[in-house]
Amino acid sequence: MVKWYPTEDVQKVRVKRANKPARLRGGVSPGQILILLAGKHQGKRVAFLKQLESGLLLVTGPYKLNGVPLKRVPQAYTVPTSTKIDISGSDFSKVTDAYFAKEKENTKKTEEAFFAPKKEKKPFSDAKKAMQKSVDAGIVNKVADPVVKKYLKTKFRLRNGMFPHTLKF
Amino acid sequence: MAHARFVEIGRVAYVNFGPEKGKLCVIVDVVDNKRALVDGPSTGVARQQMPFSRISLTEIVLPVKRNQKSSNVAKIFDSHEVVKKWNASTAGKHIEHSLRRANLTDFERFKLMVAQKKKSLALKKELKKVAVKH
Repeated sequence: MVKWYPTEDVQKVRVKRANKPARLRGGVSPGQILILLAGKHQGKRVAFLKQLESGLLLVTGPYKLNGVPLKRVPQAYTVPTSTKIDISGSDFSKVTDAYFAKEKENTKKTEEAFFAPKKEKKPFSDAKKAMQKSVDAGIVNKVADPVVKKYLKTKFRLRNGMFPHTLKF
Repeated sequence: MAHARFVEIGRVAYVNFGPEKGKLCVIVDVVDNKRALVDGPSTGVARQQMPFSRISLTEIVLPVKRNQKSSNVAKIFDSHEVVKKWNASTAGKHIEHSLRRANLTDFERFKLMVAQKKKSLALKKELKKVAVKH
């Protein structure tokens, strides 16, 4: 039998399912130390705070130790280690996806505006600096062992004879 | 030749490769120039033929008879405390250390690196004192 086709092409209606939030892989829990794999902070060891609604992980250096600020990181770009630090003393409940939204600039798209010399970058907001300080204070104070502090300061590096598929983290 | 380890009945061997990797066994008979009949009832190695390429001979030789029954091999093995001797030997310790090194976590590896740096710094300092000045 020949297949029946409608006269006019009918668009197949696809039901869009709501995306489930990404699963936390590797048994990662708050306070765990992760190694960042990409970006400016490649190789740095950071403290995992929580998973945001978008599925991204919220991490912080802490900033004083390794220069990594409060940052969103996709899970795929991290390697979880088995070390954990105490982050119960820090309050980061106010940090959500909205915290990282870019500020909208009201520039009219005119010819003059296009050719005008670029404005200087806006300085890092004081509110965000304060938030960073308050979140980090609760973490850094609880790290008693200077070796752990040094561990967070040092970047992860592969050396001769180190093969990632055989390494245990 | 005087200190060589020979394949002989009763020679304890360490399995390097295959499903029995990491276990000790006793050579109970020789099949041909490439295979031995090994048995390790106390260490979980079933009586089987084993190519010599898979095993390393240890220093320990047991008074086992050719094709001796598994249960009797086990008695001799246990009475000579082979596992204890093996763990105390240099080869046994070396294997234990390499296993430990393979299972280090990232933090442990970091601590090891710090300790090695400290050691080499101390060593260099001492060497400098003793070094001949050109």
